Amino acid sequence: MSETKTNLLEAPFELSYKYKRSSGPVMSKFFEALGDKKILGTKSKAQKVFAPAAEFDPQTRETLTDLTEVGPGGVIESWSWVHQPSDHHLLQIPFAFALIKLDGADTAMLHMISGCQESDLSIGARVTATWSDTPTESITDIKHFTLEL
Amino acid sequence: MSSDQTPKDYRESLIHLEYQYTAGSATTTFLNQVKEGRLVGQACPKCKAVYVPPRGSCPRDGIATTIEVPLTDKGCIESFTVVHIPIPGNPIVPPYVCAMVRLDKANISFLHLIQGVEIEDIRIGMRVQAVWKPKEEWTHSLENIKWFAPIDEPDIDVSTLRFKEA
Repeated sequence: MSETKTNLLEAPFELSYKYKRSSGPVMSKFFEALGDKKILGTKSKAQKVFAPAAEFDPQTRETLTDLTEVGPGGVIESWSWVHQPSDHHLLQIPFAFALIKLDGADTAMLHMISGCQESDLSIGARVTATWSDTPTESITDIKHFTLEL
Repeated sequence: MSSDQTPKDYRESLIHLEYQYTAGSATTTFLNQVKEGRLVGQACPKCKAVYVPPRGSCPRDGIATTIEVPLTDKGCIESFTVVHIPIPGNPIVPPYVCAMVRLDKANISFLHLIQGVEIEDIRIGMRVQAVWKPKEEWTHSLENIKWFAPIDEPDIDVSTLRFKEA
């Protein structure tokens, strides 16, 4: 430990551990589809489409198993610009975290928007998914979203 | 877990946190002493309870523990557990024993390792003493104590260690 100006001890700490979890029957299909460059949502009896796929309708508690493809385009519902990405961010240049309502979906998905300036973004603007060339069946198979031309 | 689940259902995830730990004044004072091979607790001026490691205040009276109390590195095992399951990244090979060690004159115990004895011979109330690393390896850490090992003194009835109001 090192001493600060006030003579209190200080030390950097790192807490890190790996764990394995089951994605479950619905989310497994969602992740597998990402590997095929497809985004899946789940549809309720009332035809409401949750995307990313949800296992339950939080309002009706209905179990959702009816998978349906959505996107890959959508509209920005809300966004927040990251001026200075930290080491932990997947993108190392300024980007936006955004809630994106994909075509065919009734709910929004959190992802990143890159390849633009902060001033290019607006609520309602259309974006589309940019896919990774090395799919791992995880949410990062979508590298980020970009503004539609 | 049903048998039809394939390993594909399982995804490896990672939790990773980095943070800067700042010791308070009580812990700083304590660790500065530990670096010199000394164990110094703090006592509450009202109830006289001795805390080691000190946290700077008395949870009973809610006041600062201002009295420094030098302690020996001897104590007894207040409770213990035999660890059989390996913890990833932990170099200690199971089975090993973690114990709450109550230093003499202290009113709380702290967690440390017990070695130098067959596991089946370890018991509550057993007298132990710190086994220190070589002096040149001492840092601001209770890891300066490698472990506690039994000493040839009669066991203590831990029920007598219960705190009594001054």
